[in-house]
Amino acid sequence: MAMNSSTMLLVLLGVPLCAAAILAFVGDRKFAPEINILGSAATLATGLGLALEVYLQGPMLAGGKFFFVDAFNIYLSVLTSFVSMTTAMFSRGYMRREREHGRVGKIRMRFYHAMFQLFIFAMLLCLLTNNVGVLWIAMELATLSTVLLVSLYRTPTAIEAAWKYFILCGVGIAQALFGTVLLYFAAEKVLGEGGEALLWTNLSRVSGSLEPTVLSLAFVFLMVGYGTKVGLVPLHNWLPDAHSEGPTPISAVLSGLLLNIALYALVRCKVLVDGSTHTHQAGNIMMGFGLLSILVAAFSLLRQKDIKRMFSYSSIEHMGIATFAFGLGGPIATFGALLHMLVHSLAKSAIFFTVGHASQMHRTQEMERIRGLFKGNPLVGWGLMIGVMAIVGMPPFGIFTSEFLILTATMKDAPYLTPFLLLGLGVTFAALFRKVQPMVSGDIPSYQRPVKAAHLPVLLHLALVLIIGIYMPAFLNTWFHTAVELLK
Amino acid sequence: MNLHIAAQINSFLAALVLLTAFGMLVQKRVYGLIHLFAWQGFFLSLNTAIVGFVADRHHLYISSVLTLSLKVFLLPYILHVLIHRLKIRKEVETIVNIPTTMMIGIALVIFSYHLTAPVRELSNLVTRSTIAVALATVMLGLLMMITRKHAVTQIIGFLALENGLFFAATSATYGMPLVVELGVALDVLIAAFIFGIFFFHINRTFDSLDVEQMARLKEGD
Repeated sequence: MAMNSSTMLLVLLGVPLCAAAILAFVGDRKFAPEINILGSAATLATGLGLALEVYLQGPMLAGGKFFFVDAFNIYLSVLTSFVSMTTAMFSRGYMRREREHGRVGKIRMRFYHAMFQLFIFAMLLCLLTNNVGVLWIAMELATLSTVLLVSLYRTPTAIEAAWKYFILCGVGIAQALFGTVLLYFAAEKVLGEGGEALLWTNLSRVSGSLEPTVLSLAFVFLMVGYGTKVGLVPLHNWLPDAHSEGPTPISAVLSGLLLNIALYALVRCKVLVDGSTHTHQAGNIMMGFGLLSILVAAFSLLRQKDIKRMFSYSSIEHMGIATFAFGLGGPIATFGALLHMLVHSLAKSAIFFTVGHASQMHRTQEMERIRGLFKGNPLVGWGLMIGVMAIVGMPPFGIFTSEFLILTATMKDAPYLTPFLLLGLGVTFAALFRKVQPMVSGDIPSYQRPVKAAHLPVLLHLALVLIIGIYMPAFLNTWFHTAVELLK
Repeated sequence: MNLHIAAQINSFLAALVLLTAFGMLVQKRVYGLIHLFAWQGFFLSLNTAIVGFVADRHHLYISSVLTLSLKVFLLPYILHVLIHRLKIRKEVETIVNIPTTMMIGIALVIFSYHLTAPVRELSNLVTRSTIAVALATVMLGLLMMITRKHAVTQIIGFLALENGLFFAATSATYGMPLVVELGVALDVLIAAFIFGIFFFHINRTFDSLDVEQMARLKEGD
């Protein structure tokens, strides 16, 4: 049985890699988008199978300790493969229309599909690897595979955004490598030299005997490094540009998935540092970055004119909330943060799907020119409206639950920070509604063109966010509780 | 080889690495910059081989050869070809004046010594005294990326920063496990291809590789 599940893990990583190779070979044939969907669906199916194994049998190692799965990374793996599948479904019609509009050509479509799958592979490798060094490598690979997707349209702004993304994330993540070197330095003294000393399962076992001074120094570098990728203020400069200039399917996976993966890496490192220092220092640093991100993003939201830029700032805000909650620690906040990563990812990618349709209907991303969505295309209009209701944390959606949990924990453990948190949430609420309301209501402007919207991805995501908000499935509850135990 | 002599050689090579890092900070000519980068890679590679010999860590030989082929030959060659193809002007400007940049650089070196003091005290490796130099190289690479506004210079700064990281791994721990070293080298190689493509795109779109021109994405007011 163990053999079976470890094979499944390798298949999970193998499928997107093979799909990338096939798509690079197939190129811009008529059925390339279908292969893309099929590849992602196969990844999802394997992910679900593996999740069932882990649910029934608990955490496990595979591939000679090189990979491992536990409650924390398996739920993110399933989420990653699920969102990648729905994004592939959305991208089928969307990119076809972009081609018709002449924004991308033949070669770039080949590149787009191959890189999309490679990106999914890199993210899954990040999640499933047991080696902290390989985690860094995969994270860099995820960045590199998306850099040229951000500049896919070759407009001056797209190239500028991609350059910024490449340079700032490259520099940021280099700091994380230095942090990893320091971590290895401390680990080598306890675990001996070689690959074993970088395995997370070994590190977490001996974290109590790792040198605390070195680990606190390492955490500063890891925080700056992975924090850049999470998009935490003041390291967030690249994020609104990269997320708004690329094709919308890429915005959806960057905002919905890659930020989660970076936060995952940061949290894994925090657990080790906490185990070594026995202080709340790492948590405090994360709380500071998180709170600053919430506030700065909330007030930046108010000033945006570009619709995708605005929702990128909303991603910064939500990553801030999750980082803050992980920093706060304790069972309630950690549970809230885990749930928040899940529901934010689902809601944000649904919003990006509708935003993509809306901007294709109006041939612009400027909010001033997007009008009359309810009448023009009810699915897009209501999808956007309901998505925004979910993302600002209105009941009964899942984000309400997670934010409520995080607020409750804040009031209990750090009451003096509650007003700041509420201020950030309140400003975001007001800003998003003020901007979205005129876009959905009113009459259809003359320049609006109808598009055939992809219904299923939007409906599926929003339905899941709603279901999780109303009734949390038992298996999810068990996973989160196990993950909370792991991260204590 | 006597350990004391090994430590001396190690410190000497570290000094040379730091010297090239400072040289890059003030070098205005693009070709000069690439040569300095290649020299830095050469000193690193030599240092890695010597540490590998003294400490009897054979995987460091692989790292050393990898550094030699990648950082001394391949990357400078790619940069040469790109610059030739793109017909870049020979001079590049610094925005902060040179004495100020040097002063900031010196401050960064002192800061690095201060920051790595706990690591140095805990380590009993031959190479422990060079950890601070490694971090300083990282910081100087960062400083170079901030002060220079040319795409090629920024990339060289980035690669110099990566050199610093590699140096840090060698001096703090006798190198990372081989799988990590290989992975990092692969990432650097992919990054090299990406910036190569980028140079062409930037040059075509902006008619120059001056990054200052890329300032369209500002906060909307």
